[in-house]
Amino acid sequence: MILRIDNLVKHYGPVRAVDGLSLEIGEGEVLGLVGESGSGKSTVGKCVLRLTEPTAGTIELGGRDITHLSRRAMRPLRRDVHMVFQDPFSSLNPRFTIERIVAEPLLRHKVTDRREVAGRVAAMLEKVGLRQEMRKRFPHELSGGQRQRVGLARALILEPKLVVADEPVSALDVSVQASVLNLITDLQRDMGFSCLFITHDLSVVEFLADRIAVMYLGKIVESGPTAEIFAGPRHPYTQALLSAAPVADPARQRERRRIVLGGDVPSPMDPPSGCRFHTRCPLAYDECRTSEPLLNDPRGSGHPAACHLVTADRVPDAAK
Amino acid sequence: MSLLEITDLKVGFDTEDGHVQAVRDISLTLDEGEILALCGESGCGKSVTAMSIPRLLPPATTRLTGSIRLDGRELTTLPEPEMRQVRGKTVSVVFQEPMTSLNPSFTVGYQITEVLRRHERLSRQAANQRAVELLELVGIPAPVRRMKEYPHQLSGGMRQRVMIAIAVACSPRVLIADEPTTALDVTIQAGVLDVFRDLRDRLGTAIILITHDLGVVADIADRAMVMYAGRAVEQAPVAELFARPRHPYTLGLMNALPSAAVNGRLAEIPGMVPSPLSDPDQCAFHDRCRFAQDDCRASRPPLERQGDDHLAACFHPGGQS
Repeated sequence: MILRIDNLVKHYGPVRAVDGLSLEIGEGEVLGLVGESGSGKSTVGKCVLRLTEPTAGTIELGGRDITHLSRRAMRPLRRDVHMVFQDPFSSLNPRFTIERIVAEPLLRHKVTDRREVAGRVAAMLEKVGLRQEMRKRFPHELSGGQRQRVGLARALILEPKLVVADEPVSALDVSVQASVLNLITDLQRDMGFSCLFITHDLSVVEFLADRIAVMYLGKIVESGPTAEIFAGPRHPYTQALLSAAPVADPARQRERRRIVLGGDVPSPMDPPSGCRFHTRCPLAYDECRTSEPLLNDPRGSGHPAACHLVTADRVPDAAK
Repeated sequence: MSLLEITDLKVGFDTEDGHVQAVRDISLTLDEGEILALCGESGCGKSVTAMSIPRLLPPATTRLTGSIRLDGRELTTLPEPEMRQVRGKTVSVVFQEPMTSLNPSFTVGYQITEVLRRHERLSRQAANQRAVELLELVGIPAPVRRMKEYPHQLSGGMRQRVMIAIAVACSPRVLIADEPTTALDVTIQAGVLDVFRDLRDRLGTAIILITHDLGVVADIADRAMVMYAGRAVEQAPVAELFARPRHPYTLGLMNALPSAAVNGRLAEIPGMVPSPLSDPDQCAFHDRCRFAQDDCRASRPPLERQGDDHLAACFHPGGQS
């Protein structure tokens, strides 16, 4: 296991952003962490990078517990885990050249031989499909897609074991998004890093992820292999999420059964009792209001869901 | 005669870098009860086209020519006081970002009744009553209580519903929705699109939906216009457009969607959008198009009929030589 998160809790004052979450990512595996705004998915990424202090739980990186490491003790481990941000406009220092931005992680990790740095930067830029003349440019001279390539180059130059990517293609137009997604796929296959891919976009994780974990209000409600989640979602929330994302095919889209959820996502300051989804779930019954369902995998197929209605011989259908 | 007729619309802006031509020769029609999607990527001119209708572009720097007729009345030359009567009453707009387009210092109720009192000259009491009905219409639970709340007390989906309630308060003939669901979660988006459908069905509102999301187009639009570099490159009823895209750019957009992956690869559109500062007499898409030939570089393909009610601006529609 590259990453193992056990019972992670992160509260920001009264806001229970992540409230008891466990997940694992294997070597070379891409895990898509899916959820809507306020689900806590970005907070998970920040905790993994120790950009924020977890309130409770443990995070192991490559078998080592990093949950409470000091900044100094954490420093050498930062070689192994890097982040790609959503906004390629604000995550690159506008005063640095592209070469300097991509070289920065090397310098931080005491790779200072100028020839070596220049060589590795040039090789990395080539890998992400940026021409060498880009080295002397500044971020504002680049398009959104090019900037996101710079972000990838910076994240990958130390050949990390794990990349945390938080909505890396959400700000891009479809045609640019396609080329960045292809690039991430190629880089992941060539370099073999593991990836925690955080997104709200189901079609993107379907394309990219080996496994998916769906979050709702600070918890995982379902996880499993990508193809299996898409073919047979078990949790009513996952079912609603999949049914709500429109497909770009009018004939099919207009025939689809849609599950329209009532109400809004409750506040993470005051999550509902019992099952957190019960206030919007079309199938909720008394037990859901009082007792919290745990992730369970009655068939032992590596596809657990946190719903009282999921049993060994039955999967709920929220469309009914 | 259509409800809305735009003919040869050209819109440019004077900027520090020179004259930027955002919209070049757009013509379109919109019928009552019709939902027309304007789609394309950032900078293609879809929002500028739509915002020309209520004249919401900065007058000092905007250069606009062409004709926009609503119910037979020319809007481009209408004096501003009369235009103010059109705006918000006959034509209204729902913007993408509901947090910044509602006034944070007034209650939801005040912001809806303001429109009603201004345009419909309703009394305070009548306006209040109508506002509650409108909040109900757009699916806001406990509308009487919501009237007294401020925008920050509402979630994103609820704010967008309030925006829609304000926009439809005076039963506009034309509703312009600029990426109305882009900032919303997908489970909330479905509900907001239902509100638009419902308005069209019940009030016959014609809707111009600006979106980059082909899934949304497939879900709700009757007809779609695909724009590229300020021009319409294709226009057709939605079922026809998705079944038989004729312009290579439209095809490229559809194939670039993650759901259209073939063997784990997405079809990319190479290259970049041309600069809006120049406009050579050639197909603006030719250097990104895999079907491009010499004629595409020699002159600009006109928007031509490709079958019933289907227009495309391409010398080699569907890749034929």
